[in-house]
Amino acid sequence: MEPAVKEYTYKDFANDQEVRWCPGCDDYVILRSVQKALPEIGVKKEDVVFISGIGCSSRFPYYMDTYGMHSIHGRAPAIASGVKLANPQLSVWVITGDGDSMAIGGNHFIHVLRRNINLNIILFNNEIYGLTKGQFSPTSRVGQKTKSSPYGNTQPPFSPGELALGAQARFFARIGGNSPKEMTDIFIQAEKFKGTSLVEVLQNCVIFNDGCFVKYTDKSVREDKQLFVEHGKPMVFGKNRDKGLVLNGLKLEVATIGENGITQEDLLVHDAREKDPTMHQMLVRLEYPLVTGIIRSFNDVTLEEMEDALTAQVREKSSFKKADDLFFSGEIYEVKGE
Amino acid sequence: MVTEKIINNKRKLPPEVLKTVVIRFVGDSGDGMQLTGTQFSDTSAMFGNDVATFPNYPSEIRAPQGSLYGVSGFQVHIGSVEVSTPGDNVDLLVAMNPAGLKTNLYAVKPGHTIIVDNDSFNKKNLEKAQYATNPLEDDSLENYRVIEVDMTTLTKEALKGIEGLDNKIISRSKNMFALGMVYWMYGRSKDHTIDFFNKKFKSKPHIIEANTKVLNAGYYFAETLELIPNAYSISPAKMAPGTYRIIMGNTATAWGFLAAAEKSGLELFLGSYPITPATDILHELVKHKHFGVKAFQAEDEIAGISSAIGASFAGDLAITTTSGPGLALKGEALGLAMMIELPLVVVNVQRGGPSTGLPTKTEQSDLFQAMYGRNGESPVIVIAASTPANCFDYAYQASKLALEHMTPVILLTDGYIANGSAPWKIKSIASLPEIKNHIIKEAKENWHPYERDEDTLARNWAIPGTPGLEHRVGGLEKDRNTGNVSHVPENHEIMTWTRAEKIKRVQNNIPNLATSFANQGDLLVIGWGGTFGSLYSAVKQLSEEGYKNIGLAHFNYINPLPKNTGEILSKFKKIIVCELNNGQFVNILRMNFSGIEFLPFNKIQGLPFANDELIEKFKLLAQ
Repeated sequence: MEPAVKEYTYKDFANDQEVRWCPGCDDYVILRSVQKALPEIGVKKEDVVFISGIGCSSRFPYYMDTYGMHSIHGRAPAIASGVKLANPQLSVWVITGDGDSMAIGGNHFIHVLRRNINLNIILFNNEIYGLTKGQFSPTSRVGQKTKSSPYGNTQPPFSPGELALGAQARFFARIGGNSPKEMTDIFIQAEKFKGTSLVEVLQNCVIFNDGCFVKYTDKSVREDKQLFVEHGKPMVFGKNRDKGLVLNGLKLEVATIGENGITQEDLLVHDAREKDPTMHQMLVRLEYPLVTGIIRSFNDVTLEEMEDALTAQVREKSSFKKADDLFFSGEIYEVKGE
Repeated sequence: MVTEKIINNKRKLPPEVLKTVVIRFVGDSGDGMQLTGTQFSDTSAMFGNDVATFPNYPSEIRAPQGSLYGVSGFQVHIGSVEVSTPGDNVDLLVAMNPAGLKTNLYAVKPGHTIIVDNDSFNKKNLEKAQYATNPLEDDSLENYRVIEVDMTTLTKEALKGIEGLDNKIISRSKNMFALGMVYWMYGRSKDHTIDFFNKKFKSKPHIIEANTKVLNAGYYFAETLELIPNAYSISPAKMAPGTYRIIMGNTATAWGFLAAAEKSGLELFLGSYPITPATDILHELVKHKHFGVKAFQAEDEIAGISSAIGASFAGDLAITTTSGPGLALKGEALGLAMMIELPLVVVNVQRGGPSTGLPTKTEQSDLFQAMYGRNGESPVIVIAASTPANCFDYAYQASKLALEHMTPVILLTDGYIANGSAPWKIKSIASLPEIKNHIIKEAKENWHPYERDEDTLARNWAIPGTPGLEHRVGGLEKDRNTGNVSHVPENHEIMTWTRAEKIKRVQNNIPNLATSFANQGDLLVIGWGGTFGSLYSAVKQLSEEGYKNIGLAHFNYINPLPKNTGEILSKFKKIIVCELNNGQFVNILRMNFSGIEFLPFNKIQGLPFANDELIEKFKLLAQ
């Protein structure tokens, strides 16, 4: 029998390093949410690995009392893939930002999703380069004035969710940086999901892009502007829980319960587990309401599972058990002494 | 020019004894020249000859038939004496078409033999080969012994009556006619090749029959052909007793890693991205899932090395394979591996550079890149294999050094030795040296990840999954006493020195430099890596000619250099450093031994050194 996993609290995952993010940064919320999620996932502390790239968010592993690597810009998904393939028993987490994953690491980002290796990616999206002090990023909006776009950004942004679904992400969730409770739960679900889980956190940068998500995330508007989806539940939102999504032709529309004969039954029910990502794409793209929660969670075979099955097959058929079997096989010949 | 086509049954002369012979088979990409050459070299190796081979394919995948750039060739050098290169010029050229003759004639020694398929010298093929007149009918070949054979016709005749053969199969088997002829000429048995047919075409008996018939037809044709007055005999070479196989450099590299993984008790992880001429290592390792090899074809070169770094962090023996441009892309990640002091082997199968350069040609121009191609002070171990067979040893040694010193190791090979093949005296796992590692299982008090072994300065290796050793590493400078991030100026300097000293101390774990042919004298020939065969043959020849004042020192260890390097250099009056680049190792030596004069000898043509050019140069300097 496996020994029972020790009962942890979030404190077991914190260490003595002084956290050096700017006061008021959402990164603190994410850090604490991760530390709170880990005791719930039933993984031993020594089996947890955090791999980050470069950027403010990527300091994250230094603040976790687990195994970790603060690596190089954009490469965390590739490094984490190596960790996971080397030891599939580990719980592997990638910490990245919008510059790290959408710009310099774009290639690794799409390929890790395509392969569906069982690891968790937390994307801290603040729509700005923070560590280099305020340049526009691939998620910055057109017209946004930054240090490197003083007259306004002219490069249209990526939507991380759209990009991820296009790259065949099986699990995508989005959550505001000021929703620690939901965030914690999403991290738990992400870890439980077998395959690559991507969680986009809308993370406010208090210094260089303060308030960029406030129209969705501020407490006063949050319930009216965000639709928090849950699998199997109708897509309802609003302070009075009276608004929801319906499908009109090929478009999602907001309907109000009680108006035009709309009842709760007319609202769409969220199916995160559907293989076809069309509806998930529509949800990701929606600007009002902004859809948060686990948008997609489609169970699919993982790369490790496929590799394991192949290895078992090859092993069974092969007569090579040791390297010597190979070296001394086939076209060999003897040279005799004189 | 001798071009009679008379066949009679005159009694043959006894075989003429030769020490070595170089044969090149050339034809269209579809003519099966690689197979023909491989069969001849394998058969000769099994007969007991020393063998070295080199393939030459077109870089186009399916070049148009008959075109000059679609010529595929395979050169084999066999000997009753030690053979250390595939040879420069050839004693026998077998040309299956005009394009093959045209592009390879330069390599045939004057007065030596060319066998051609006469049937292929038709108007269409001559035009494609850009011959204004048929070279078999003008005087252009008068300095050679040309044997014209209607190979296509004779092959067709030999196959009359076998059911189920279409024209394609028939024309594809004419290479076996050529092989049969060459087997007779060099007194080789056909058995190995017939065995090969039986295994390869198990389920297609008509193909076995066809190939065997054509092989026999070629063999007996040569026996009865007046134009070949005698066969040649090349006795077995004196080779150390043991079990051998013919191995290609890239395969030997891959197998060296298999051996290192088994010996070290670690699992092997390869992260790689396809690139010529390194890809065959990936091709080889993906086959070996039965040994638990994890071969990961990544999305790019950077992900190749990055995934390997991740695997190393997680406790695997991790490697990445590439060629020049790929090493450039891996530079940043390699710096990370150096900084976090993880074991990692990077194989660079060098090709002609810079940029895309000459992908299918050989060169040694990545030495500086291997030494210095990273930001900051970032020394790594650099070693180089020097023959197809010792790619095995140096892949093994690269793994051993990486694990024993907790550092990245760059292993340099090159297109010449990677694609070349030679006999390898098979090494069993039991016969290989032990490989230690620095894995720790338990934390002592105040443990931290940058604690070092006193002798080697290798840090300890705490692997995820080990309780109590949770720690963070990263590209930021670390405090030498805690492993935490540190920006303290003195600490950075000490850590920089420590990382440099760690590499320097590898000297204690590598063999001394050895000299061949002379320990002291007038001229020391220096080389490194894949030029060994060329340099060794040349200095050996000179030694046999009486130049006992020339020594050879060939380097496999470049960073650090062997401890006794200075001592060896001091024993010669002149030193020449031979490299297939514009002068890189020579400058590394100058930097390390400032009082000594080093003469550079360089070639940058994408080709190995030719024997003649070396001999001429060395003679001049040794007088």
